[in-house]
Amino acid sequence: MSVLELDAVVGGYGDTQILHGVSMKVDPGEIVVIIGPNGAGKSTAMKAVFGLLNLSGGKVSLDGEDITNMPPEQVVRHGVCYVPQTSNIFPSLTVEENLEMGAFVREDDFQPRLLELYEVFPPLAEKRKQTAGTLSGGQRQMVAMAKAMMLEPKILLLDEPTAGLSPKYRGEIFSIVKTVNATGTPILMVEQNAKQALKIANRGYVLVDGKNKFEGSGQNLLDDPEVAEMFLGGGAAA
Amino acid sequence: MDQFYGIFLYVISLLTMGGIYAILALGLNIQWGFTGLFNAGIAGFFAIGAYVSAILTTAPSVRHLGGYELPYIVSFVVAMIVSGIIAWGVGKVCLKLRADYLAIATIGIAEIFRLILKNETWATNGPRGVSMIPKPFESLPEPWNQLAFLGLILATVVAIYFLLETARRSPWGRVMTAIRENEKSAMAAGKDIEKFRMEAFVVGCMLMALAGAFIAHYLKFIGPNATDPMTSTFLVWVMLVVGGSANNKGAILGAFLMWTIWSASEILTSRLPDELAIRTAYIRIFLIGLALQIFLQRYPKGIFPEVRPKPERRVNPAESPAGR
Amino acid sequence: MIEFLNFYLIPGLVLGSIYALGAIGITLTFSILRFANFAHGETMLLGVYITWSLVQFSGLHPLIVLPVAAMLTVLAVLFIDRAFYKPFRASPTIMVVIASFGMMLMIRSVVQFIWGVQLKGMTQGIQRPMVFFDSLRISPKHVMIISATIVLMLAVHYLLSRTKIGKAMRAMSDSPELAKLTGIDTEKVVRMTWIVGGALATAAGVFLAIDTHIDTNMGFKMLLPMFAAAILGGIGRPFGAVAGGLIIGVVEEISSYPWIGTEPLLNPGYKAGVAFAIMIAMLLWRPSGLFKGKVF
Repeated sequence: MSVLELDAVVGGYGDTQILHGVSMKVDPGEIVVIIGPNGAGKSTAMKAVFGLLNLSGGKVSLDGEDITNMPPEQVVRHGVCYVPQTSNIFPSLTVEENLEMGAFVREDDFQPRLLELYEVFPPLAEKRKQTAGTLSGGQRQMVAMAKAMMLEPKILLLDEPTAGLSPKYRGEIFSIVKTVNATGTPILMVEQNAKQALKIANRGYVLVDGKNKFEGSGQNLLDDPEVAEMFLGGGAAA
Repeated sequence: MDQFYGIFLYVISLLTMGGIYAILALGLNIQWGFTGLFNAGIAGFFAIGAYVSAILTTAPSVRHLGGYELPYIVSFVVAMIVSGIIAWGVGKVCLKLRADYLAIATIGIAEIFRLILKNETWATNGPRGVSMIPKPFESLPEPWNQLAFLGLILATVVAIYFLLETARRSPWGRVMTAIRENEKSAMAAGKDIEKFRMEAFVVGCMLMALAGAFIAHYLKFIGPNATDPMTSTFLVWVMLVVGGSANNKGAILGAFLMWTIWSASEILTSRLPDELAIRTAYIRIFLIGLALQIFLQRYPKGIFPEVRPKPERRVNPAESPAGR
Repeated sequence: MIEFLNFYLIPGLVLGSIYALGAIGITLTFSILRFANFAHGETMLLGVYITWSLVQFSGLHPLIVLPVAAMLTVLAVLFIDRAFYKPFRASPTIMVVIASFGMMLMIRSVVQFIWGVQLKGMTQGIQRPMVFFDSLRISPKHVMIISATIVLMLAVHYLLSRTKIGKAMRAMSDSPELAKLTGIDTEKVVRMTWIVGGALATAAGVFLAIDTHIDTNMGFKMLLPMFAAAILGGIGRPFGAVAGGLIIGVVEEISSYPWIGTEPLLNPGYKAGVAFAIMIAMLLWRPSGLFKGKVF
């Protein structure tokens, strides 16, 4: 059974409909990437999972349980963690306090988990007492991911984790995504840097105008001439 | 017959005060109703108008600045200009920040102005206030003087109403609505939001000063505590919210309605024994506050909801044939 | 010199401590609930009158009944939040500002109705000041107010930096949206904000009442200095608010010191304008305050 499944999801903000029937799924242990042109509804599809959107049709299920239109604070408690593209950390809190907030809904002792994550993100261990707002862009992104991982989620949603980062940090973030995934957490990720993202992905979806256009394994999409022409052609322009 | 005459005079005073409050409510409507600006210092701008006009028109007095004996029309205009300049200063500091800051600053400016009125006794006669202010038409025989004054107020309300309605339907009014509803898209459309807000704020404060000038001449007296500054500011807010923000008819109706309730309830409670009368005065304030809360929560549109000059129908892409 | 200390600086620090305690509540509400709470001065007023009644009833010292009074005030504030502010959580925040503006008059009229408007005293009798170095005079009530303020500030510091709910308050003040996405129980954080703000406001009001007297305008008179202190320190910076409160309290007092010649530099009648002037200057020069707070 898939961890996460979107079935013909329709919805948008207010009167403006953005998703016109999007279907996708994430299986255990997978990295799944959503790519597509600007305004295709990539981030919106992710927000649909997280209850940030009013869905007028379709179904979202987590481990077979219907979570359609469940409010975000409930979705978190069900084990879905979401890292928004911007303002994804609490800048005036220290790194460690950020992670502690990530564990807010945990009733048990989160210290062991904290230590585990410091091993996955060594730079954070060094800077644990530093105010998160003073970190570099790449490190902030690490804080955001680590914060989301504190709950040991069933699935991690990442909205353009490399947006605005230099190529050096981009590579670093992708390798962290792989590391996090290797600990057993499936990941659904929206990415502008389609080429690099597809390289680490098990599968990918191409959205256009709020609808599924192509889907396939990461490698297949990379090799597909049509996909390549549309989204991978200009390299950096993608 | 005497009793009938008494009621007649009471109704005239009710309409006169209601009309003056209608001007205040219309002023606030430009700021809050159309532009979304929070003015918590209505009483301050009101007092500015009252004092300026009083000082410019009174006969010489040793107690306060005065002796200019200027015609009313000049004093009204100067009162409005002075208020407008002060409003511009406040706006310059606060309009680029969120509405909360303007609220804090306006409540502050009203308080500062009260301090000036109390302390600068050479100009304002301090806590004792300015008295013997001339009143238009006072040479006419009773009740014609009262009726003529009422006529002046009502004519002003009607004139302001038509001016505001014209402005509201003009492109200027539509930009105001756009700014209030969606600052970002208005900004994207290249509108200088701060300039538009400033215009609304200044014009609103000028109307409040005009109302203040009217009240000084109507009561022939003005002092720093002539009306409790917070209560009068608050009353205007209640009038606008109950009548219907962003609707000029609503502002006027709300003013007359709430003033009638306010004044009639005062008559009722004043018949109670002294101790009780003082306490029930506070219940009146409490109840009027409760009315505001109930309207805000349950009937946020007021009695007369906003009517758009040109209703926009946004086409829902899902409903349009091209959507599928 | 010694006169300056006795009659200007120390009273300024006392007044400043009182502003500081009140301003913490303002700055927390402004940054966590995102609105300028106009009813905060009246919360203070309510706390003072509840304390006064408890003192009358029990005959105990105001400081002893303070915790009970603070608790009752907090209950009232939580009720107000639920009944009058909570319905607007999803609305533009200006709606809550109006609601709090209305609450300001409602709370005051309830106080005036129940307790009347005559001046009252919190404590009876005149205290003899303690004399140090022959000429430095400090009255025991001032020592008490300043030390109690320090204790309360340490408690606030502990709450915000050491407890989970306190950290969540800081997190929500950084970003309410992210707090929600993170799974932080935002309603719980809001409740805690009212508890802290209400309790500190009660303490501030009681200290002011001990220092001076009780009247029904004291809440409103505190409002501007508290807003000014919060803005001066930077919105969302509780310790900025403390610094802001102390600065404003001291400047208010020393503004009427005869710096030049023998006349007070500023007519004491305008003391209340000092806070406003500082606030406007700050909004012009640096709206984020001394300690880099938020600007909305």
